[in-house]
Amino acid sequence: MNRLHLLLVLILAVLSGLPLVLSKYTLGIFIMIFYYAYLGQSWNVLTGYTGHISLGHALYIGIGAYTSVFLAQHYGLSPWVGMFAGGILASLVALILGFLGFRFGLRGVYFVILTIAFAEITRLVVSHIEVLGSFSGIFLDFDPSFRNFQFRGNIPYYYIALTMMVLSLAAVRLIEISKLGRFMVAIREDEDAAQALGVNTFKYNMIAIAISAFMTALGGCFYANYIFYLHPDSLFGMGLSIELILRPIVGGMGTLFGPILGSFILTPLSEVSRAYFSKGGLEGMHLILYGIITILVVLFMPKGIIVYVRQWLKPLIPERKGDD
Amino acid sequence: MALLEINKLTKAFGGLTAVDGLSFEIAGGEILGLIGPNGAGKTTVFNCISGFLPPDSGDVTFEGRSMVQRQPFSICKRGLARTFQIVKPFPAISVLDNVMVGALLREPSVSIAQAEALNIIDFMGLKKMTRQEARGLPLPLRKRLELARALATKPKLLLLDEVMAGLNPTEVDELIGLIREINDQGVSIFMIEHVMRGVMALSQRVIVINYGQKIAEGLPCDVVLDNAVIEAYLGKEFISAQCT
Repeated sequence: MNRLHLLLVLILAVLSGLPLVLSKYTLGIFIMIFYYAYLGQSWNVLTGYTGHISLGHALYIGIGAYTSVFLAQHYGLSPWVGMFAGGILASLVALILGFLGFRFGLRGVYFVILTIAFAEITRLVVSHIEVLGSFSGIFLDFDPSFRNFQFRGNIPYYYIALTMMVLSLAAVRLIEISKLGRFMVAIREDEDAAQALGVNTFKYNMIAIAISAFMTALGGCFYANYIFYLHPDSLFGMGLSIELILRPIVGGMGTLFGPILGSFILTPLSEVSRAYFSKGGLEGMHLILYGIITILVVLFMPKGIIVYVRQWLKPLIPERKGDD
Repeated sequence: MALLEINKLTKAFGGLTAVDGLSFEIAGGEILGLIGPNGAGKTTVFNCISGFLPPDSGDVTFEGRSMVQRQPFSICKRGLARTFQIVKPFPAISVLDNVMVGALLREPSVSIAQAEALNIIDFMGLKKMTRQEARGLPLPLRKRLELARALATKPKLLLLDEVMAGLNPTEVDELIGLIREINDQGVSIFMIEHVMRGVMALSQRVIVINYGQKIAEGLPCDVVLDNAVIEAYLGKEFISAQCT
């Protein structure tokens, strides 16, 4: 264990102890930090590591949320099981999208349009299905128990969100050091060169999009049972799709800690400034602030803020062996 | 049986027939050179063999199996690797990580693949740059990286597309030595090259194409004396330079 690991364990210990001292409101902000870090990490698998830009990841959040809630309300299935059903369904939808995109070589903006189209079509379809609450959405009945994924107070949600963030970090780390991750990065860097080196790019693209969708959908299930309300516009909408990619972009795409760092910077800013500005009658002002920060980061730190944090942490990172 | 057989290969882009009924063979262990003027269709031949372009007609047979209709990755898996004339490094990752992608084709274990990649990097003289990002390498070293990556896939036949272009004479000589060593290890080589110094030093046989058709084939020293080749490609100065 080196000093960097020690630092991470220390941070994790502090985060685990926070509920003892923080107010319910502040805990709520931390839950959102973990939640968006988790979503950003899920998106990072497809866009950051494999290089295919998805602007429709809300699709998978929506599928995860609606599937688990639908199965709980109509079949009494625990959301703990339903979330995996949602994950699998999201993966299947992603594989259809991926097949169309990757089989027919849609790259760049054309792939982006495909992801937006899938999310928007699903939003409209769900808005017209009666059993899914159509336009007015679904309210969840409050029946707190572990089995129902519903709890009084914020503390259980805090630990679930923290666990999800840590697990997503571990999952992406495992991918990163494996053959799978190396092939994904090769595809991102140059798809033709990857092919020429024997990488079945279609297969690895499909694996990447399926993993990304699966992870994202689990986040959707968490959100539904935290907010107790599903609405097609907010769960499948473009707004959420954009919201969830800002953090990994600002933090650093294609890096392990970028999405987490981005969420720790942007989420509190969003929550606090939203509360502050709407008190002054300036609703929406926080979005402008957001836009400005994103533009500044893209202009001056195109690789994300993580690059600078790495510089500060350099003394903690052990020298790599193997070259002399 | 020949390692690679090209039979009446034809590829047209609109009205332009880039490769026109081309047939030739490469024997196991051979170094074959492909030369010809710019636009003669050399790279198109490579693209058809390596699966990046589907030929309009004709067949490409590698170890008795047809490679037509196969995707590039599957052709590489069979043992036929290529480099690109305009090099395509993975820019944002290190030289080591670049070469490891190739090594992972045959070696499932990441740590063994890393050891193999380090060996190849050492062999190609890139050791000092092992941890550098590929985007920072100057062109001559990028060309070596391109070769190193292809070599890491353990090919039986290596297609080299102008790996010597843009190198100075010393660098060309170093690369000649390396390619000869690769060939000595049993890898057959099919190279497109404009640097005649390299072609003459390495090739056991040379094919000359112009407008997609073969205009000469034979030993390098015979081919450069062929009138059609001088006319189409080398120019008279080449002969006077060679003879003096």
